[in-house]
Amino acid sequence: MALKLADVKTDLHNDWCPGCGDFGIEASVQMALTEIPVDINRVVIFSGIGCHGKIVHWTNTFGIHTLHGRLMPFAQGAKLANPDLEVIAIGGDGDGYGIGAGHFMHAGRRNIDMTYIVHDNQVYGLTKGQASPTQGLGEKTKSLPEPNINSAVNPIMLALASGYTFISRSYAFDSRHLKETIKRAIAHRGLALVDVLQPCPTYNDINTKDWYGGEDRRDEKNRPIPRCYDIEKTTGFDPTITPEMSIEEVEKKTLKVIELSKEWGDKIPIGVFYQNERVSTYEDRIADRISTYKQAYPAKQTLAGKDARPTVDLEYLSKELLIS
Amino acid sequence: MSLISSRTNNLSWMIGGAQGSGVDSSANVFSRACVLAGLWVYGTREYYSNIKGLHSYFEVRVSDKQIRSKIDEVDLLTTFDAETLIRHAEAVRPGGGIIYNPSLVRSDIRKVDTLEDNIVEKITGRLVGQGFTPNVTGLLDEAKRRDIQLFPVAYDQVISQTAQKIGETQLSKVSRIINVLAVSASMAVLGLDVNYVERAVEAIFGAKKKVIEMNVIGAELVYNAIKSIAHPPFSAKLAPVENTKPRMFVAGNQAVAFGKLVGGCRMQTYYPITPASDESEFLESHENFKLLDGYSHDGQGSIVVVQTEDEIAAITMAIGASLTGTRASTSTSGPGFSLMVEGMGWAGMNEVPVVITLYSRGGPSTGLPTRNEQGDLQFALHASHGEFPRIVLSSGDMEECFYDAIKIFNYAEKYQCPAIHMVDKALANSNMTILPLSAERALIDRGKLILDGSNPQDGGTPYKRFKFTEDGISPRAVLGLKGYRFWNTGDEHSEIGHIDEDPENRIKMMTKRMTKLETAAREIPDSEKFNFFPASKSSADVTIVSWGSSKGAILEGMELLRRDGIDAEFLQLRLMSPFPTDSVKKTLSKSKLIIDIEQNYSGQLASLIAEKTQIEIVNKILKFNGRPISRDEIYDSVRSTVKAPQENERLVLVHGA
Repeated sequence: MALKLADVKTDLHNDWCPGCGDFGIEASVQMALTEIPVDINRVVIFSGIGCHGKIVHWTNTFGIHTLHGRLMPFAQGAKLANPDLEVIAIGGDGDGYGIGAGHFMHAGRRNIDMTYIVHDNQVYGLTKGQASPTQGLGEKTKSLPEPNINSAVNPIMLALASGYTFISRSYAFDSRHLKETIKRAIAHRGLALVDVLQPCPTYNDINTKDWYGGEDRRDEKNRPIPRCYDIEKTTGFDPTITPEMSIEEVEKKTLKVIELSKEWGDKIPIGVFYQNERVSTYEDRIADRISTYKQAYPAKQTLAGKDARPTVDLEYLSKELLIS
Repeated sequence: MSLISSRTNNLSWMIGGAQGSGVDSSANVFSRACVLAGLWVYGTREYYSNIKGLHSYFEVRVSDKQIRSKIDEVDLLTTFDAETLIRHAEAVRPGGGIIYNPSLVRSDIRKVDTLEDNIVEKITGRLVGQGFTPNVTGLLDEAKRRDIQLFPVAYDQVISQTAQKIGETQLSKVSRIINVLAVSASMAVLGLDVNYVERAVEAIFGAKKKVIEMNVIGAELVYNAIKSIAHPPFSAKLAPVENTKPRMFVAGNQAVAFGKLVGGCRMQTYYPITPASDESEFLESHENFKLLDGYSHDGQGSIVVVQTEDEIAAITMAIGASLTGTRASTSTSGPGFSLMVEGMGWAGMNEVPVVITLYSRGGPSTGLPTRNEQGDLQFALHASHGEFPRIVLSSGDMEECFYDAIKIFNYAEKYQCPAIHMVDKALANSNMTILPLSAERALIDRGKLILDGSNPQDGGTPYKRFKFTEDGISPRAVLGLKGYRFWNTGDEHSEIGHIDEDPENRIKMMTKRMTKLETAAREIPDSEKFNFFPASKSSADVTIVSWGSSKGAILEGMELLRRDGIDAEFLQLRLMSPFPTDSVKKTLSKSKLIIDIEQNYSGQLASLIAEKTQIEIVNKILKFNGRPISRDEIYDSVRSTVKAPQENERLVLVHGA
């Protein structure tokens, strides 16, 4: 039975600010959930701390609202213990590129088959508008006492350097594009990043909805020229790196990702930058060492018999330490 | 008075050398040879936070009955470098022995650059003061004056003879046998047949045929060389005893690892840290294991061991795993535990069973990374902000390390909270012979865990993960279970798990969580909370209170004290949270004299007892020099305290190099 949007929403009062990009992300995530071929009972959403974190409470799936910056290790722990779960981590830019940046990087090295969606609005909304790691040097969003003294991190390049095998960007108010990107991220076998640009109507008075929409620049028919452009649609860019490709081709594609990731301002690329199908998942690597991992993963193992006795053969296990 | 009545099968052997030079395997070969001869051993390892070059040493106590502690005196010091001799010659008892390398006799103490300045000063001062030269010759002269028997072993010569015999022209390829030569020389002095050394070598080096060959040849050469020289019989002896029962030669961290596997731990996360990583590595090398007949439908058992980017990830990843119904744990030491406290608080708030094995080492900060201390008790009890229930259990010996590693998962799951298993470095890194560990007494109790989704609650009332109950414990479903959808959040929450800041709900939710601690206190039997070792007569002269690795030394010290007419009883605290207040109060209120013995500066258990029972323990025996407490120190210090309690309210123990 196909799910309807109402099935994946809870009836709790949503307390995000009116006009927040979070609404766009929530809607796209929930629409994606109704369209993916996955049993909704197996879906678990993890969130971090920040405005975004409450998304799990508005969404009717297993929802784990974790600690600031730590959602990735929480989520990876669950996925490794039960690889049958469909794990989606939803974080914020301060959460994932700031306090949790270490986890962001190491998650890439593992390449666990899961999805990581980042709300990227360049500010710390829930603490009233401080600059987040993606805000540019010298920019001064409205609640900053002084212009931002730090340079912005580049999430696309950071993900590439860390080993993410699916790297994408979308925009919160382009629901169709965002939903499709999320679906592709979920379908990807490996760790998939969806960096989602979003306005913060309360604290980010620079990267506003109007700014993203290009209201400040018009074509000859006085239509706004949106800043975001879809790299795949517009340029025919193909992000896929297949096992058959030569090293040179891979190299060329990788350099193109870096090139694209540097575009910002008047032209902001969105879409899938990189999809590498050559890299094994962490689950595969475990299965290489533990042949029963995929059938008898940690959460599925029988620990004790009906008499509560442990199932492990200790005598056999401890043979190497026995001396007689 | 000498503490040792007979020195046959009752002695202490020491070997030292530069870290990375094979001292570990020397001690291993020696210990194994003794165990093969039917004897029991207890070995402690001391090492610097260093990989190669700095001094490390092993003390191995051997006996014909089970032993559980180290002692101060050394009967035979086996050396092949100058530094070991310089550092430890003083520890050899009068009448004991020293094996040394005669080519080093002219080594100048001041020129051994790995010796700390204050040690150089102390030792040269001691030698010069007695009219000896400040070099190895002087040390040996001093030893002779103390009636110590000296055994020169020309290691270099034996190594070249061995090389010749096996046709090896490169001496450097043979020189590593010096470790086994030292052991074999020791056995020649102690009188145990070289055959035991050879069997130990074979067991340890396994498939490395050539290594075994050169070691066995060298061992025999050195053994016969010593035997061929006539010297007066040595004062301590080893002789094989009949021991038909198999025994286990185990280190504390291995006992914990076995306990975890038996106890159902199927995911372990860790970030490398001394002395905790050994356990995780041991688990990883046993990641596939056999199940008992009847469970073969799973084929085999397995544990996923993940090395994380830091301890924050280690604890939060373990929590994530636990949410799926997996028994998950992480192992760390003080500095790593410091990073885990926020994650632990989240587990407390969301009632997630997660096990933290906390190996205690010298703090604060990096402290003494490779040395022993019990400085983290109060930290374990109070780590993380806010209030939430936690279980804290401490092990005192190898068997407890094993059984507690099983039990701690039961506690964590029954009471749905973080559970900390405390193990001292002195247990983690000590090796001893015990009767084989057995899973017979082990039971798995998963509490109110719902794994079966055949009775979904969808449609009717929604599943309440944090349902208010009498005992504070709610039925716990796992991620992915149909019909049991739930939410978790670090925020205060409703029974469903959504954020809820309502003051009434807050009171109920806080009370519900904290009630679990009362439930645990009520349900866990006294036998799991503490051990009480009574005096031999009805009223003890003194009550010793302690915890952790001091247990063995205290029990053996008590035997010696009894010979002196001091009849002690011993209360070993095991469960620190929830604390067995009533039982402790009852025991201590009858005491004539209470002595708190701890391996920390301030007496953290005494503070806990005072907090819970209002009983102030005035007399304390403390040790915080980073070296484990010994039986002899217990004997001496308890004796002094009993004789003059007022003059000895705070005794600080100092033994150890």
